[in-house]
Amino acid sequence: MAYPTDRKYTKEHEWIEVNGTTGTVGITDYAQQSLGDIVFVETPKVGAELTAGKTFGTVESVKAVSDLFAPASGTVTEVNAELATSPEKVNQNAHGSWMLKLTLKNPSELDRLFSAAEYEKFVAEEAGH
Amino acid sequence: MSSVEAMPAIRKTALNAVHRQMGAKMVEFNGWDMPVEYPASLGGGIIAEHTAVRTAVGIFDVSHMGDIRLAGPQALAAVQHISMNDASRLAVGQAQYSALLYPEGTFVDDVIVHRLGEDEYLLVINAGTREKDFSWVRNHTREFDCVVQNLSDDYTQIAIQGPKGVNLLQKLTDADLSAVKFYWVTRGKLCGLNNILMGRTGYTAEDGFEIYVPADEATSARVWNEILVAGREFNVVPCGLGARNTLRLEGKLPLYGHEISDTINVWEAGLDRFCKMEKPEFMGRTALEKAKAAGVKRTLVGLEMTERGIARDGYKVLDGGGCEIGYVTSGSPAPFLKKNIALSYVPRELAAVGTAVKVEIRGQGVGAVVVPTPFYKRQKKTA
Repeated sequence: MAYPTDRKYTKEHEWIEVNGTTGTVGITDYAQQSLGDIVFVETPKVGAELTAGKTFGTVESVKAVSDLFAPASGTVTEVNAELATSPEKVNQNAHGSWMLKLTLKNPSELDRLFSAAEYEKFVAEEAGH
Repeated sequence: MSSVEAMPAIRKTALNAVHRQMGAKMVEFNGWDMPVEYPASLGGGIIAEHTAVRTAVGIFDVSHMGDIRLAGPQALAAVQHISMNDASRLAVGQAQYSALLYPEGTFVDDVIVHRLGEDEYLLVINAGTREKDFSWVRNHTREFDCVVQNLSDDYTQIAIQGPKGVNLLQKLTDADLSAVKFYWVTRGKLCGLNNILMGRTGYTAEDGFEIYVPADEATSARVWNEILVAGREFNVVPCGLGARNTLRLEGKLPLYGHEISDTINVWEAGLDRFCKMEKPEFMGRTALEKAKAAGVKRTLVGLEMTERGIARDGYKVLDGGGCEIGYVTSGSPAPFLKKNIALSYVPRELAAVGTAVKVEIRGQGVGAVVVPTPFYKRQKKTA
């Protein structure tokens, strides 16, 4: 599939959409497909400090717990409360379901991430294994 | 150069190619390459599959399970020696849940004992314990006049489970399934095959059947596909191990290696009603008598999460003060009940329904409460 070009992607299948110094974070469609039915999303509190590449929460399917990795460093400003009651929204529309917003500490970190085309290629290789 | 131990090749059931062709997500389970769930395009996904079994019908490839046949003049005596339940109560065509026990009163495996004939019994056993169980049965029945055969590779076993299971299967067989009560078996023509064993048994806490057809790939695939076609009017869904686990958990059905094992005894596991101490002799009986007299220290209870979080296998269970009191043997979201549930061993004193405990989830104690089990019980049909 073609991944939205308005955002960047991590190897761990998170996406980040940037507006000025605000980043919006979620997981990709490939991630939700791999996980299966999502039943639980655990996100940090507003005010938490995230570090690029470190875990910031978990997403749980019926069978398994998966870590969420921060695409960039910064302070959490908003958390999507809807996912506490309707985690299945992530399965229904992964790219439209945001998990948190943060104020970016170091926007140059985004340069390390995949573009949509690079992520698509990465996923095709991973799925091929 | 270091020597490398040869890894046993992963085993496949006769339906493996069919599952892969259907796009099932595959997983390794006790040495077997098995479907964990099917694609949404086929009505699959763990939650959808689980719901299908509770409300309509789902089918499972359970050929990985094993089959041991005992037949001969002393087959009953042999079964009575190794099995804790009372097989002498079985009429021909009747089955019962039981277990094979070590002399310590702990579990070799749980098993369904079927009486197929005057002197003929079939034990259906777990996938992960096939070889262990066969050796065990053979070694401990040598003094009895009967044959012991490992028929595990001879059958493709398909479970058809749910309120519409009997309706689905009836379309494919000339046997009168309405005459077969729960935990009884019959034989009949099925999908053009003669004399097929069909048991009203299962591991889902629903009504349904398990059928045993020849294990060649062509026959197995044909039967599987005919079941799916016949089941269309009932919205049949193919189901994998993911739903199999959530279904049995809701029904508090034990899983070997979790609720029962070689370090857990019958009393702790709460399987008293399947253990007939009035039988004068069976393997494990002496140890169980002693254990009962000494007092049972820990017991299996059902937990329901009261705070946000999912208890999973192996997580610690804590008392209100945060002290470790036990562990989760099986834990998962319950798709039909829409709660997060678990089974766990706790000390007897903390086993009362309503006792508040905590489950340690990623370092935090999350609230849970002891609840009655089974978590789910199906409505029995009237007539």
